Amino acid sequence: MASAKEIKTLVFGPVFANNPIALQVLGICSALAVTTKLDKALVMGIALTLVTAFSSMFISMIRNHIPSSVRIIVQMTIIASLVIVVDQVLKAFAYNVAKELSVFVGLIITNCIVMGRAEAYAMKSPPLMSFLDGIGNGLGYTVLLLIVAFIRELFGSGTVFGVEILPLISAGGWYQPMGLLLMPPSAFFIIGLFIWVLRTFRPEQVEK
Amino acid sequence: MFSNNDSIGKTFFVVIALCLVCAVFVATSAVQLRPKQTENKLLDAQKNILVATGLLSGDNVKELFTKHIQERLVDLNTGEFVDMDPAKYDYRKAMKAPETSIKLDGAEDKASIKSRANVAPVYFAYNDGIESGKLSAIVLPIHGYGLWSTMHAFLALDKDGNTIKGLNYYEHAETPGLGGEIQNPKWVAQFVGKKLFDEAGNPAIKILKPGNAVATSAHDVDGLSGATLTSNGVQYTFEFWAGAKGFAPFLTKVRDGALNNG
Repeated sequence: MASAKEIKTLVFGPVFANNPIALQVLGICSALAVTTKLDKALVMGIALTLVTAFSSMFISMIRNHIPSSVRIIVQMTIIASLVIVVDQVLKAFAYNVAKELSVFVGLIITNCIVMGRAEAYAMKSPPLMSFLDGIGNGLGYTVLLLIVAFIRELFGSGTVFGVEILPLISAGGWYQPMGLLLMPPSAFFIIGLFIWVLRTFRPEQVEK
Repeated sequence: MFSNNDSIGKTFFVVIALCLVCAVFVATSAVQLRPKQTENKLLDAQKNILVATGLLSGDNVKELFTKHIQERLVDLNTGEFVDMDPAKYDYRKAMKAPETSIKLDGAEDKASIKSRANVAPVYFAYNDGIESGKLSAIVLPIHGYGLWSTMHAFLALDKDGNTIKGLNYYEHAETPGLGGEIQNPKWVAQFVGKKLFDEAGNPAIKILKPGNAVATSAHDVDGLSGATLTSNGVQYTFEFWAGAKGFAPFLTKVRDGALNNG
């Protein structure tokens, strides 16, 4: 059984020390698309965390029986099934957010973080550890998404979780929103700055 | 059972077993959740109709809808009512199926929607409840292509079939913050009070460059800054649906008093 310390590294390691987006630069594509609003980013983060955790667990449970020639296909089947279920659940219980996220929930299937964890960790580790590893990496993704979405929503639309913070000029206030922040490329700049800050404080992450 | 993980037998066994398990899992969840999803979709459509008429207050969508809104089907070619059960009519399906729609091409297809259903739902709003018989608004479903996506809206008209009472864009995938501002209540508020048709009965709504609209004009609306193509899409949507291939035949009948019998 894993010690408490090991569990802690598994779950919280990927948040800053080994962030899947900032260090491994995986899963960037969806990070650009769903970070215009905080509620979207949060739901997306939760969905991805659940998919990563459960797919890692199921893959780990049958890892000794997966023929290596078709292992990617087996992983994809499990991940795709889970994503479809998550999509269905969202449509049933969080209809409005599901409508806004639209295609991006389905695209979790191709998210490199999910596949990456399945291939790199779950294929070699016991189910519980794989589950925690999935939770940890999902958390790392969620935290980064929330940071990016916070900046984009606050300065792009003047709101936080839909609540008005900076009154916009168009609504009679004083704040001129930065249109660029609402476009996908702005997430590149924010993630880039985040990586810069992170690596200034953690020089060991800098590639030689 | 199998000595080697990579034998052909084992590979087939694992793949088939996995597919069966996943298929059952996915199918079960989809079937179990379908009633809830359909309800959500219906509720969402009803909510959007209420928003267009300005009747929405609070969360009791279902109750308000049954009290104030009456749905009927209209043949778009003739403008006559059709005797079918609106609850059983799937407008989105009908607009794509060749046997229930007409193809549009070239200059005809202003809104870039490729095909148009023969029969469309229209909604009659009664502010004092349906049984009062006092019609307050006619709500028409309209849609057209913007920059990235088909934009769906409900357009509420006064009972003269000409004065706009409300507009609600409820489904689109335009750029958030730019074209996505078609959903902004402040932008949409500009349409209220404008006339859909000019004196000659032609579609007359003009979406101009931002800042150029004359407030006193009956047809001018400011476009969205930074979203020229989305604004054009809205313009074409109005031109199409107020035109002969859209709701014009029906609205002509409305102005001639087709609704006075009830």
